[in-house]
Amino acid sequence: MNVQVKVWRQKNRNDTGRFETYTVEDVIPEMSFLEMLDLMNEQLLKRGESPVEFDSDCREGICGMCGLVVNGLAHGPKRACTTCELRMRNFREGETIIVEPFRAQGFPVIKDLVVDRGAFDRIISAGGYISVNTGSAPDANAMPIPKNIAERAMDSAACIGCGACVAACPNASASLFVSAKIAQFSLLPQGVAERKERATRMVEQMDKEGFGNCSNHAECEAACPKSISIDNIAIMRREYMKAVLA
Amino acid sequence: MIARSPILDDKIPDGPIQQKWSNHKASIKLVNPANKRKYTVIVVGTGLAGGAAAATLGELGYNVLNFCIQDTPRRAHSVAAQGGINAAKNYQNDGDSTWRLFYDTVKGGDYRAREANVYRLAELSANIIDQCVAAGVPFAREYGGTLANRSFGGAQVSRTFYARGQTGQQLLLGCYTGLMRQVDAGRVKLFTRREMLDVVLVDGRARGIVCRNLVTGEIEKYAADAVCLATGGYSTVFFLSTNAVNCNATAAWRCYKKGALFANPCFTQIHPTCLPQAGDSQSKLTLMSESLRNDGRVWVPKKKADTRPPQDIPEDERDYFLERKYPAFGNLAPRDISSRAAKEACDAGYGVGPTGFSVYLDFAEAIQRLGENVIRERYGNLFAMYHEITDENPYKQPMRIYPAPHYTMGGLWVDYNLMTTIPGLYALGEANFSDHGANRLGASALMQGLADGYFVLPSTISDYLATYRPDGLTADHDAFTASVKDVHEQSKQLAGMNGSKTVRDYHWELGRIMWEKVGMARNESGLNEAISDIQALRADYWKNVKVGGSDMDFNKSLEFAGRVADFLELGELMARDALERAESCGGHFREEYQTPDGEAARDDENFCHVAAWQHKGNDTTPERHIESLEFENVKLTQRSYK
Repeated sequence: MNVQVKVWRQKNRNDTGRFETYTVEDVIPEMSFLEMLDLMNEQLLKRGESPVEFDSDCREGICGMCGLVVNGLAHGPKRACTTCELRMRNFREGETIIVEPFRAQGFPVIKDLVVDRGAFDRIISAGGYISVNTGSAPDANAMPIPKNIAERAMDSAACIGCGACVAACPNASASLFVSAKIAQFSLLPQGVAERKERATRMVEQMDKEGFGNCSNHAECEAACPKSISIDNIAIMRREYMKAVLA
Repeated sequence: MIARSPILDDKIPDGPIQQKWSNHKASIKLVNPANKRKYTVIVVGTGLAGGAAAATLGELGYNVLNFCIQDTPRRAHSVAAQGGINAAKNYQNDGDSTWRLFYDTVKGGDYRAREANVYRLAELSANIIDQCVAAGVPFAREYGGTLANRSFGGAQVSRTFYARGQTGQQLLLGCYTGLMRQVDAGRVKLFTRREMLDVVLVDGRARGIVCRNLVTGEIEKYAADAVCLATGGYSTVFFLSTNAVNCNATAAWRCYKKGALFANPCFTQIHPTCLPQAGDSQSKLTLMSESLRNDGRVWVPKKKADTRPPQDIPEDERDYFLERKYPAFGNLAPRDISSRAAKEACDAGYGVGPTGFSVYLDFAEAIQRLGENVIRERYGNLFAMYHEITDENPYKQPMRIYPAPHYTMGGLWVDYNLMTTIPGLYALGEANFSDHGANRLGASALMQGLADGYFVLPSTISDYLATYRPDGLTADHDAFTASVKDVHEQSKQLAGMNGSKTVRDYHWELGRIMWEKVGMARNESGLNEAISDIQALRADYWKNVKVGGSDMDFNKSLEFAGRVADFLELGELMARDALERAESCGGHFREEYQTPDGEAARDDENFCHVAAWQHKGNDTTPERHIESLEFENVKLTQRSYK
């Protein structure tokens, strides 16, 4: 099948950017969305035009490197699915597909569809860890953790750090991302010692990076490819209040 | 007495195998805590090996510069490992021990790994689990709160720890958060979106790297007292593999060209349970964790070219070929054996699916026995992924799978200290060759990456650093200037290439040659053809490739152009190594050397060794060196999983 791709082109951070439309031929339904873009880029290159830059790596939904806004939705129309997992069978012959980068003040555009998500690293480095030096750990079974707690922590830990939550949020808030890490470590006994400092520092860093506040739209949860729940945001707020008030 | 060749001094400590590592640690030279910050160590890569090494070296007090190709360390390809990590904890009381994990790994590798390294790996495995739990990795647990285990191929005990089907992700995030703690403490400086393009030698020692800033295109240089490569494997030489699209061999290959020996390049692992290829536009193959073989049964119809839907094929007309051929291990036979069995079934015309190149992996029996919910809890994310990609519901109909390139056991040659043949240059994780022999067992890659990064390198590196004082060398040294010039020239040359075929066209063609002639089964004439085909393709590449864009810009086409240029050389070395190794072992199956029942026939008399290749210039055949393998603790036998 053939599709029209109306895609954001932006030379660099300072360029104003614009949409360009390209026809992509020979698309097959089994193709992933990114393979369709690969094909588009091959066709552009052979015509002597510059390919559209976009990020991707594992192409199986776990590394979090890819992330595009497709027809107005972060990671496209399928729920619980990254852009790389999305298949072309979800689109129609001749359809015009609008492709944009994740837009947020905290994610400046580097080129075309590639954005800088370095803010996420800086938030994690502001206490988003458990301080344990290599070699100092006790036996792994010394601290039993009930199955339901471990599973609940795993639900939060499943975050792939793609930033779809930010792109989907009307406030460009990073609350879902930040809260998933705070929740994981506050649920586990290993994380308890540093819970106050962690919550305070991570939330403050999030604000410093220019992300907005959460106003409970829950768009983040809907866009999250790993279905991370906004319950995590409630945990984050409780952790933060306990830390700053107590 | 262990034989030691002059070029390849393995530095294996003396003494009984159980005491080698502890004796060695006791004799290693140390760097005084107050002096550690005076040493700069470069770590390239942020996967399990690189991330763990950078974090641990930072904790110890070294000044660490850590580089990665992605936009953040958390995306390194270790993230994609699904099934689990082995450790000899014996929490299940099923007879596991350090010795048994050691034995299984040596046997699984078809007796082509170094005993001493493997024993150390098994010994360290238990500490890894402790470390990961302490760092907050949410491993699967039993109701009582203790850790759960599952089984993996090549073992008869349950020693695999897991976090749903996302074990690699969780271990990497544990490692990444530890790394970011060191970034927070100012001991590790992080350089993202950088690609290492050269190692810089001063007075024969590795003293830094040159890399390309993938955002600006600038060629940057960094000096250090030692360089550690944790840049992964080279499965993407096949174009289609389960590896991430940015995985590449360039960093290791540039080190090879600067004098580091490359060991056993032909030892590649073709993983049995991947999604079959759907079309020529495909960019990669998707792995389905080996853990699925705990509950899934592999079969093909007994009748050739049987086009009936699987549910219409009665039980007695199905061939559960792994259970039939390997009753003791059944569906959990090691990867090389399972892959080859699937290929044989398809080659003989029993394959299923539109192309006839896939076999069924069926969960019907397990769902009936355990209920759909249990299966969902164990493999839910994998089933969802399969469903999304294929539009088929694996709860209702069997998965279709086919082998795909997945892991490379070969890599830079390292001694017991993980040092390459270039002093001060180390290789960790999949980038080195040392622990898996000719075939890696499932759930052992994560174990090796973390063992190297958390425990081995941080111990052994001080033995080297302590031998000389920091000399204040900076990246202004002439050796750096020369390297920057070479790298810059190559980038510029490639960016200016304006031929008729794209980089992808060449990569695809190389992949086809590799898969057909240097893939799951190899023979002498095919390998000779592969060598000349690759040489011709390489010559054409440097005339007719079209790259486009500028070298001083974000330019993916240019990034790939450099990697494919290196693959076009590495592919030839792989074929050459496969040709010289006139035996079958593990993942290296030479059709001329098989037992009467079609299993790999090793030749211990002539090939019980590591082959390490030395670069001799671009137009000269590389030289093959040998490190003989001595087995003092495990008796060499024909591997049997029957």
